[in-house]
Amino acid sequence: MTVPVRIAQLSCGPEYSGVQNEINEAARMVDAEVFYPDIKLSELRRDFDSFGLDVRSPDLKLAIARAKALVDGRVNADAVFIASCFRCAEAAIVRNELRRFIHENSRLPVVSYSFTERTTAATLLTRMEALTTIARRRALLAREVQEGITMGVDSGSSTTKAIVMKDNVVVGTGWKPTTEVMKSAEDVITTALEEAGLHMEDLDAVGTTGYGRFLVGKKIGADLIQEELTVNSKGAVYLADCQHGPSTVLDIGGMDNKAISVQDGIPGTFTMGGICAGASGRFLEMTSKRLGVEITELGPLAMNGKWDKVAMNSYCIVFGTQSLVNALAAGSFREDVAAAACHSVAEQVFEQQLQEVDIKEPVIMVGGTSLITGLVHAMGELLQTNIVVPRYSQYIGAVGSALLASGFIKGE
Amino acid sequence: MAKVFIYPATSLMLSDLVARFGHKPLGSAISVRDHIQTAGFESPPLQMTPDDPKKGLKYAAVEVPSGVRGRMSLYGPLIEDADAAIIVNDSDYAFGCMGCARTNELVKFLIKERKMPIIELLYPSTEEEGVTFVRSIRSFLDSLKDGSP
Repeated sequence: MTVPVRIAQLSCGPEYSGVQNEINEAARMVDAEVFYPDIKLSELRRDFDSFGLDVRSPDLKLAIARAKALVDGRVNADAVFIASCFRCAEAAIVRNELRRFIHENSRLPVVSYSFTERTTAATLLTRMEALTTIARRRALLAREVQEGITMGVDSGSSTTKAIVMKDNVVVGTGWKPTTEVMKSAEDVITTALEEAGLHMEDLDAVGTTGYGRFLVGKKIGADLIQEELTVNSKGAVYLADCQHGPSTVLDIGGMDNKAISVQDGIPGTFTMGGICAGASGRFLEMTSKRLGVEITELGPLAMNGKWDKVAMNSYCIVFGTQSLVNALAAGSFREDVAAAACHSVAEQVFEQQLQEVDIKEPVIMVGGTSLITGLVHAMGELLQTNIVVPRYSQYIGAVGSALLASGFIKGE
Repeated sequence: MAKVFIYPATSLMLSDLVARFGHKPLGSAISVRDHIQTAGFESPPLQMTPDDPKKGLKYAAVEVPSGVRGRMSLYGPLIEDADAAIIVNDSDYAFGCMGCARTNELVKFLIKERKMPIIELLYPSTEEEGVTFVRSIRSFLDSLKDGSP
């Protein structure tokens, strides 16, 4: 039996929101335990004062003092979970500063989350799984080269992807929209294997990731079933050839977005989610349908337009759609509308998520949306940087899985 | 005997003072006691559910953070039930402490809106102030007869 990963909880409000049991349950599902760092009253007074952030809520003062105890090594933990109520400005400031403080002063992986009373264990599962993976599988995550013949399958919310790799080279790819989870996976596996000229029995190891990872992984007997936060980070730095030093990985997905601050290929802090589909690839998919173009044509179309000629705010997908329809009805050019849609999605991600991670160059964009040039351009403008989009970026989860799965050949 | 809401609601010392001078203290010990659903007496006593923040909607709108509404589901009914209140500001953590500053602001506002007898004090910092502090509370409690001053 493995020793549970100990996750220190720094929080304000989860018990009173009725979600503490959900947090505990999510941790239990990944064989981890959540605990509150034990500190003395005298330490609370001293450490809160010395931190210098003069907040008024006593529970936030306690969270600050507990963070100091973790960083100073007075309390042992494998990872840190910072949580506070959604819509609390005071707590958001503390959450952000504590995440940064822990990230800069320790090797502890950190995830922060703002909850409502509707937060469930299922919502928290991927985050907890990523935290425990980083804590438990550092050796596996240190892998930099793919060996043998391995396959990675990414069963995503919008698309399913498969990659076959042999001796550090991609030799087969498969891609299709997700319909029936298992059927889609079987189809992309067949395509990838055919392209590689291989059969299932030739594979040394297999890894799965994405929303359908458990179902697909179980069915095909995967050696590695892993959430997409660590897998995508690993795949991104591998493909972009940035395995050492800092980087930021950004994946604007079909259902949620991931922003991950990476150091030496291992995620340090990350956020996952999004307020509304208006800040995801789903809105761009809808935009392309409304403009009557394939999603693959949306990016080049946007590159020929000017986003500031159309007022668009996709904070909410319904309002975003209204802006889209109104702009077209008012005679706006399709190019400008496409550019505005890309800019709006980039802006939502920038405002809602990128504030919660430290942006360190290079910024690597991955996932299907990284192929929409207009979106990459808009994000680069907002971040004032040249964004790296590596080859096979749309297969990122599958590549990361294939890479990490090769660790299982040698029993890492 | 008057029902006296105490702030901080977690203060055992205030609760004891109110009871000692013949009144019923209304603090978190009462509201939290209703929530004991754990296996043993030494288990953490607070077992709230996502329904509690919804009950708190009576005191704070849906745009208010869930933690505030959850807390208000505990304290709101006590404030409604109170005949009088004692508010101690800037108290030491050890005296009794309520975790959320926003909830604390709302609790004090709702107490004052009730237009009931209230004594509002600063937490004493010297022994002399401590004596005056207890004397003031005692004389306030003495003035409460059958739930009215």
